[in-house]
Amino acid sequence: MAMFSQNPVLNGPNYSFAEVPKDAVDGLREHRFNPYTDNGGSTLAIAGADFAIMAGDTRLTSGYSINTRYAPKVFKIGGTTSSQDDANLLLSVVGYAADGEALQERLDAICKMYRYRHGKPMSVSACAKRLSTIMYQKRFFPYYVYAILGGLDEDGRGAVYSYDPVGSFEREQCRAGGAAASLIMPFLDNQVNFKNQYVPGTGVGHELKERERLPLPRNEVEVLVKDAFDSAVERHIEVGDGLQIMIITKDGIEEKVLPLKRD
Amino acid sequence: MDHRPQAWGRPRDDVYGAYDASYLQANGPNQHTQSPIVTGTSVVAMKFKDGVVMAADNLASYGSLARFTDVKRIRTFADTSIIGFGGDVSDMQYLDRHLTELGIDEAYQSEAGHTLNARNLHKYLSNLLYNRRSKFDPLWNHLLVAGLDEESRPFLAAADLLGTTFTSPSLATGFGGMLAQPIMRRYVPDEAAVAGVSRDQAVEVIRECMKVLFYRDARSLDSYSLAIVTKDGVELRENEKLEQQSWAFADRIKGYGTQTV
Repeated sequence: MAMFSQNPVLNGPNYSFAEVPKDAVDGLREHRFNPYTDNGGSTLAIAGADFAIMAGDTRLTSGYSINTRYAPKVFKIGGTTSSQDDANLLLSVVGYAADGEALQERLDAICKMYRYRHGKPMSVSACAKRLSTIMYQKRFFPYYVYAILGGLDEDGRGAVYSYDPVGSFEREQCRAGGAAASLIMPFLDNQVNFKNQYVPGTGVGHELKERERLPLPRNEVEVLVKDAFDSAVERHIEVGDGLQIMIITKDGIEEKVLPLKRD
Repeated sequence: MDHRPQAWGRPRDDVYGAYDASYLQANGPNQHTQSPIVTGTSVVAMKFKDGVVMAADNLASYGSLARFTDVKRIRTFADTSIIGFGGDVSDMQYLDRHLTELGIDEAYQSEAGHTLNARNLHKYLSNLLYNRRSKFDPLWNHLLVAGLDEESRPFLAAADLLGTTFTSPSLATGFGGMLAQPIMRRYVPDEAAVAGVSRDQAVEVIRECMKVLFYRDARSLDSYSLAIVTKDGVELRENEKLEQQSWAFADRIKGYGTQTV
């Protein structure tokens, strides 16, 4: 009788294997592909009275390995052609490099379309809002990057907009992003925004007058950027190799690459 | 007795106990590649003054088993570029078919022949990999693409399963990143140094790297493919053998098998 025990007619539907296979034999086994990684590096942007400066190191890492010593993080955005000779905006991206490149290419394409349709380059404030929208559109599968947008505003003053990975943004005087942001930002607070700096002899305790905040001249800012990165390189293993600096003024964009420690 | 086709050829339940069919993916969710199965190890490549040299061994491992010992992991594209594949071999074969099709399509596109140079090809492949990672269905490979760029300068770049891309005068995937890169960087520390390296020197360095990798990478083989790409085309040799190995260092190292203590 045993050989008939599986007869669907006699004993109801039972077969030699389950109709719907189980995922795993031994209980739960979860193994998910992680679509993100951190490629290290750091960026920095400072706005001046009539210029904006954007900088980033050129090291690209995965784990403890250096993938390359020259991978730029600061890009010209919104030129007419791929050479970007007439670009009026700068974008720096740091975090997950593949997302950074995808974001940079998308924003550039959008700015190029704007220029084509309107016959004029996109303003930095318009581009800032657009970038926020692009990033927020991927709110539930974000671009894993800390972006900074730089340019000159309608009055010709330096403008720096900083973003988090889901598109929250703010216009600021200066911002550091990426691996060494926590090392560089307090330095900038003190040296650019003059935090904790008081005029001597103006009183005691709360009577003390804060040092007046004025935009720094360009030569001082350039030194500040180099010092910030030299210090970051000393203490952060994911930062180093080269320092890419882009300076936007009314005369266009200047780019230079300075050496950093390669250890 | 169950006579339904699903039960054909299966051991009988009443004799052998319940059949575990968990591996049969008859229905249920699609399974994406969550981890590589049959894998290739390092690919190494470096630029020299008029081109790029690349090498990868001919082994496809199944975990720690040296499963297939004659798998060629470097392919040419349009006789002007080369691609080296590390990582999953089945995904490599999928990309290989895809690239063959792309190559045929491109050849018919224009009368002047191929329009895709190594930089274009690298962009294409990295976008393909990035798209697949964004669909949570990655192609589990780390690729090196070499050839010449639009201005006929040597071009070498990498793309991995996450879509991360980078270029450097020398590149290596997997174990090669730890063992071969330091050797190659001695000769091409930066882009400027590339002009001072001859073809023979580069080949020599790459062969040395393959030897070091064979000494220390347990998933490697002494038979390998070597490709040289210049403006004159691609020279691909698929059955190179490691020469002049010296295992003299091994007798001083515990774990190589000769010590009894």
